[in-house]
Amino acid sequence: MCPEETRFSARCLVRLTVNGQSHELEVEPRVTLLDLLRERLQLTGAKKGCNRGECGACTVLLDGRRVNACLVLAASAEGCAVTTVEGLAQDGRLHPVQQAFIEHDAFQCGFCTSGQIMSALACITEGHTGSNAEIREWMSGNLCRCAAYPQIAEAVAAAARDMSASEAA
Amino acid sequence: MKTSGDPITRLDGPAKTTGAARYAGDQALPGQLHAVLVPSTIPAGRVTGIDARAALATPGVVRVLTASDMTRVHPDLDKITCPPLATRFLPMQGDQVLYEGQPVAIVLAERLEPAEAAAAAIRVCYQRDAFTPPETAPAEPPDPAKGDYSKSSAVTFQKGDAAAAIAAAPVRLAARYTQPSRHANPMEPSAILAAWEGDRLTVYDAVQHLPAVQGALAAVFGLGADKVRVVSPHTGGGFGAKAFIWPHEILTAMAARVVGRPVKLALSRQHMHAMVGPQPQMTHDLELGARPDGRLAGLTHATANITSVTDDYVEFGAIPSRAFYACDNITTDHRVRRGHVTLPTFMRSPWDGPGSWALGSAMDELARRLGVDPLDLRLANHADTDPESGQPWSSKKLREAYEEGARRFGWRERPRGGTRDGHWRIGCGMADCSQGQARFHSTARVRLAAEGAAVVESSFCDIGTGPATVFAQVAAEALGLDPRQVTVRSGDTDLPYSGPTYGSGTTLSTGAAVQRAAERVRGRLAALAGWAPEETTMREGRITRANESRTIQEVLGAAGLPELSSDGAFDLPGGAPVDMGEAGAPARTFGAIFVEVGVDPELGLLRLRRAVGAYSAGRILNPRTARSQMIGGIIWGWGMAAMEASHYEPKLGRWLSKDLAGVAIPVNADIPPEIEVAFVEEFDARSGPLGAKGIGELGATGVAAAVANAVYDAIGIRVRDLPITPDKLLAA
Repeated sequence: MCPEETRFSARCLVRLTVNGQSHELEVEPRVTLLDLLRERLQLTGAKKGCNRGECGACTVLLDGRRVNACLVLAASAEGCAVTTVEGLAQDGRLHPVQQAFIEHDAFQCGFCTSGQIMSALACITEGHTGSNAEIREWMSGNLCRCAAYPQIAEAVAAAARDMSASEAA
Repeated sequence: MKTSGDPITRLDGPAKTTGAARYAGDQALPGQLHAVLVPSTIPAGRVTGIDARAALATPGVVRVLTASDMTRVHPDLDKITCPPLATRFLPMQGDQVLYEGQPVAIVLAERLEPAEAAAAAIRVCYQRDAFTPPETAPAEPPDPAKGDYSKSSAVTFQKGDAAAAIAAAPVRLAARYTQPSRHANPMEPSAILAAWEGDRLTVYDAVQHLPAVQGALAAVFGLGADKVRVVSPHTGGGFGAKAFIWPHEILTAMAARVVGRPVKLALSRQHMHAMVGPQPQMTHDLELGARPDGRLAGLTHATANITSVTDDYVEFGAIPSRAFYACDNITTDHRVRRGHVTLPTFMRSPWDGPGSWALGSAMDELARRLGVDPLDLRLANHADTDPESGQPWSSKKLREAYEEGARRFGWRERPRGGTRDGHWRIGCGMADCSQGQARFHSTARVRLAAEGAAVVESSFCDIGTGPATVFAQVAAEALGLDPRQVTVRSGDTDLPYSGPTYGSGTTLSTGAAVQRAAERVRGRLAALAGWAPEETTMREGRITRANESRTIQEVLGAAGLPELSSDGAFDLPGGAPVDMGEAGAPARTFGAIFVEVGVDPELGLLRLRRAVGAYSAGRILNPRTARSQMIGGIIWGWGMAAMEASHYEPKLGRWLSKDLAGVAIPVNADIPPEIEVAFVEEFDARSGPLGAKGIGELGATGVAAAVANAVYDAIGIRVRDLPITPDKLLAA
């Protein structure tokens, strides 16, 4: 067993891209991706609702895949590209998923919304929007205590249509 | 131009969908320390020693605070009632432990990780005392000396002679209904950042009423309220859990004062379960006596809810029995079972939520016994006036809501109970929804700038119910603007006093203050133009009288004013901070919920197939946000009916599960898209000038009963103990 001092002072260097911007950070190995985003980079869109992967409020994209940022050690994201909710709108124009959440009134307090939106984006790119039941199943890792669930499912379906229409165009 | 009543999208949509909306835990200040609380591992006893050596040796750890490091509360705190103080018992003022999870030490570190690691490294020694599991403790009358919760309503109520009337009734029913403790579990666990500058305290906090936190923290330190500023632009869901001031808020402000640096605390989900109370476990004993035509002859309803050993929290679950149905003989009673447990608290929907579960189930059982349709039984017992006071309601359109709900659901043509759909048996059920209506003193300021943009200022908080949108609509309507030209500033005690965001009272109360302020601005603008206010209209940035019209800019420019600002207030009779409706006109919201469920009798599975809620809730200011709130309430009710329970482990004296894995709450897959919401046309002029009432709690009432009634309809099993889980369906 190593002495306390060594255990807690270990550092590792993490290079990663967040919303297209490169970062090089020295972190302790125990730091999660969520705490790195929130406490080091002040990207507080991803929320800490449980810190155990139960609620999905911290959902971000890691190399295009949705993950619970609270379950990812920052050190393991070395060389990865992270997308958070702050990285979706381009030049002040909301992403179709963000727009659909507003149009369909798919949130109330907004605390789970960042995670819902990132999960929705992944749900759409994964192709899990074939039916309402499929959307609901694949959006069930994201809890919403205000329970805007039917509106979230509507928003995901609408954004999927919107995104496939703009892809076809 | 009419803008209130329009279904506009939420004005805070862009902020909440881009991550820009900042919640308490998103705030950061230079030099801040991260706090992690060390919870007690025993439910009762004394702390005899704390070994913090390993914690203090952890790099990054600055201090470990124990009871002896904390300042003592100022006597001013005795003047703060409880509520809004959640509990009179403040941990870390001594060595006493009265519930598992009670904070006994605070670790402060430069970063979060060392604070968490150090908290786990602290060794606490205890002297254990025997503890009392609350659920099996004797049911006793509330003690008025144990906090003020028992003074919020009548503990006992008697009208006529219920016992005699029931004994003489040809049809009788007696049953006990029970429900477990349930934690609110807002998605945002409570969080607070406290910073002192000299004797001035600023807190960024997750709250449902900023001025209450301001007053309580000022009292803790013996300061004037003007020395404390509370900032809370967005709260990540409240549901009652952030309504009152809990110990962690006081302890964080104290810690910041002790170390002279800003301190940030974000409770973990586990600490949240232990340190912020749930809706209590409770029992309802009901007896009903009815005449052959179904009319109630007598009704008794006695409840007992668990509470802590420190304060008597009373869940007034028998209120529906003195409010829902016409009956000449009613007796209600409320008792408490005291034990070593986190003090319970108000949770969506307090009082009427638990009560409507028990009464709504009993009425269905009575309907079965009488052989009448449950809706017809309700119609036969419609309360034209308030059964408790005999006074007329402020307004009530329940008959219309029944009709609209039944029509949309197809209640009269519903499938016969037990109809098969594959391996599912179909059942339908209905129940009454109703919630007492609170009104709160509130104020607001409206400022109108020359270019035609307006600003609404009030210290209300946004917990997701849409006030920033609805109040912009209210101001826009009075000033003839587009709601998007109205900026709403809220969530800061530097702004005019607003009542709380609970009790379904924000729209009615703060909205009325906004309306008055906006109308006053309009009156002053008219006066500047030299016109009588009542002869003018405002539209698209212009004020008009007959065929004369001037822009806002012209009028203000001629007067040499950059803007016009007026304050408005919603004052209650006698200067009261809160009431339950105008004198002589008790206020309530009403409605009915109809559900269809599927039950798999072999596996004990229960699924929601569709639901229709129809409501009489006054004027609806934004049908889009209102619909979302009602759907959320129905789903909240589904969680109560079929899923949620926080079990107190009687051998260990703690909550069995303190997370979202061991305590199930509804997820998207649980909820079908077929949830329909309707409001009947109504304007409740007696409750407030907007004609509106509150809807935040109404949607979650009645649902559990409707589900239990539908389960009976499907498979003939009556579940009287929530939640309706597979084990209960299989054991029956």
